[in-house]
Amino acid sequence: MNLTYSKEDEEFRKEVRSWLKKNLPKKDKTLSDLPPHDPERVKRAKEWQRKLYEAGYVAMGWPKEYGGQGASVVRQTIVNEEMVLARAPGLIGAMGIQMLGPTLIQFGTEEQKRRYLPKILTAEEIWCQGYSEPGAGSDLASLRTRAELVGDEFIVNGQKVWTSNAQFADWMFCLVRTDPDAPKHRGISYLLIDMKTPGITVRPLIQMTGDAGFNEVFFEDVRVPRANLVGELNQGWLVANNTLFHERNLLGSTTRTQLMMQNLLRLARSRQRYGKPASEDPVIRQKLADLLIRVEAMKYHSYRQLTDAIAGRPPGIAAMVNKLVGTELNHDICSLALELLGSYAPLNRGTPHVVDHGNWAYEFMFTLGLIIGGGTSQIQKNIISERGLGMPKSA
Amino acid sequence: MDFGLSEEQELLQRSAREFLTRECPTTFVRELSKEKDGFSRELHRKMAEQGWTGLLIPQGYGGLGLSMLDMALLLEEMGRAVVPGPFMFSSVLVTLALIQGGSAAQKKAWLPRLAAGEIVGTLALLEAADRLDAAGVTLKAKKNRTGYTLTGVKMFVPFAAAADVLLIAARTGGRGEDGISVFLVERDAPGLTCIPLEIFDLTRRVYEVSCNNVTVPSTALIGGEGQGWKLLSRLIDAACVALAADSLGGAQKALEMAVEYTKVRTQFNRPVASFQALKHMAAEMVSEIEPARSLVWYAAYAFDARPREASRAASMAKARLSDVYARTTNRAVQMHGGIGFTWEHDIHLWFKRAKWNEFAFGDATYHRERLAQLDGF
Repeated sequence: MNLTYSKEDEEFRKEVRSWLKKNLPKKDKTLSDLPPHDPERVKRAKEWQRKLYEAGYVAMGWPKEYGGQGASVVRQTIVNEEMVLARAPGLIGAMGIQMLGPTLIQFGTEEQKRRYLPKILTAEEIWCQGYSEPGAGSDLASLRTRAELVGDEFIVNGQKVWTSNAQFADWMFCLVRTDPDAPKHRGISYLLIDMKTPGITVRPLIQMTGDAGFNEVFFEDVRVPRANLVGELNQGWLVANNTLFHERNLLGSTTRTQLMMQNLLRLARSRQRYGKPASEDPVIRQKLADLLIRVEAMKYHSYRQLTDAIAGRPPGIAAMVNKLVGTELNHDICSLALELLGSYAPLNRGTPHVVDHGNWAYEFMFTLGLIIGGGTSQIQKNIISERGLGMPKSA
Repeated sequence: MDFGLSEEQELLQRSAREFLTRECPTTFVRELSKEKDGFSRELHRKMAEQGWTGLLIPQGYGGLGLSMLDMALLLEEMGRAVVPGPFMFSSVLVTLALIQGGSAAQKKAWLPRLAAGEIVGTLALLEAADRLDAAGVTLKAKKNRTGYTLTGVKMFVPFAAAADVLLIAARTGGRGEDGISVFLVERDAPGLTCIPLEIFDLTRRVYEVSCNNVTVPSTALIGGEGQGWKLLSRLIDAACVALAADSLGGAQKALEMAVEYTKVRTQFNRPVASFQALKHMAAEMVSEIEPARSLVWYAAYAFDARPREASRAASMAKARLSDVYARTTNRAVQMHGGIGFTWEHDIHLWFKRAKWNEFAFGDATYHRERLAQLDGF
């Protein structure tokens, strides 16, 4: 165990810090009052990712030939840490970078890697995930969106649901049924679908936050070239599971949590509670400290997994808890923030007297969605107990 | 940047587990709980042969000179095996007091004997007020021509009757953190008496220790007169890391016992492990234990390598593991059903030790507030 960084890495950290200081997007109040999926915000978010990429700070660990730098995981960790410290906005292309990217690197053809990976990094192409269907939620493998291979093309018919970012995504990585007669896990394939293909209809779904963050996506005789198949025909479940593993890590990512915790501590110091800063109230202090300890534990937990990854050790049971713990922790942080805000908590974005642009209320609801999405907390517990502890499947 | 264990550390874990499985099964733990002092000098000697009693002691004084992280890994195994005895108090706390606060002569006099397992020490910190802060230390040490005279009562002293030497926190003057001094006193010193207090944890013993005009030579003073609180603070941090490590090992074992039991216990014609109610309970235990493990490693590492972070990390680990161990053993008992409530089944050994660990050296509430103060909330 050695948590010190080499001299070169410390130099690199300084570089990143000063770069962020110079290049961090200016706070724009009119922008903060818009919903996250407003086209202007999407445009700015793409510009931010592009800028970060050009500076060399996005997906640094990817191989050079696909737009990465083959850099060490340590370097990427330094960037992530500095981004938290600088309160930098996250990446709009995170699903492409953290979910599809690693899957393509492992399962994609050389052509696919060269075609898709670089544009994921530059935010030229934003990806969405076509997994859930109206009849296939926790039981994802029962999905029914059909893809029939006719000549060199798949003809796709069916419907996806809860598809985040589909309203502005350029591409979708999608699970489809290619063999309806095979057992459910063995008739699924993994397709890359251009969202501009005729026959695709995207219909926004309003979330409890009031925003149209996710969508229904309908496919009517949508033609997808066979070359867009990732992995073998009917072997999509294997590929999908790989992406799901990366999704659980993305959703359970600790950098976002650390940033939220910092904001919560700042809020606690600035809010008054019966004539004193809330952070001086002994009960609030207990709650803050408990959250901070859980956040710090997850930080060191991610270091531990990072070390395993560098050493090429399999992730094991330690990694199985990331999604469950991370998403619940985020929600608990927001929950305490609302408690601190009291009567100010329910004020909507853009309303007079609203605190922090109403982000806490928004995040309070949004983080509840993340507890459900990407495999509910209950499904996570099944995964941990079955795959991690070897407890038998439920009848 | 490396947040993992070395091969040597993994070897230490494995060999400790093998040794304790062999030398300290629960049948032995139960036997020992009926003995007068709850302590086996033979086991202590065998642990000394493994090098454990000298793990932290520099090689020049007969030890292995290893780190707090190594010690934490060993203590985790001891918690797993609910090892009875004063090991943690002797080979971590008293030992560290000498390493960090002792003069060359004191180190030479005591460390080789501690390393060899010839003598056992313990820490007498608390008094009747049960306060962990400096104001809790009121036992008087009055200077005389050849040394000091100690008068007062220490409480909840672990394994005092088994110990050969007691590290006693006393007040030589002043108030609060000023004027506290630390003495290493032999247990058979005239005027020193130990009264056992019976507790529900079968693996621990605590005593009321009275000092009635106990005279000690000036060489018994560890560190400067009136300078003891800094050393004691450091020992409290060490105790937090040690107890957190012990709790981690115990929690992991309780989880494993509960999961194994549910796999063999059948009701409604199937193993109860197939019921989601129990699977989710087990998963929740894992989701608390695994991040907590990372926190314990960090606290142990910080104790040596990041002095400015050490107290903060120790408090975080102690607060979290106090909660997690208590909650895990509670769930583990429930997962066993009726048999888990019996004296015959072993699970209560962990359940009770979890409670002792929870309150010793500050409970979760205490350490959360300490963290809030250290971080300037």
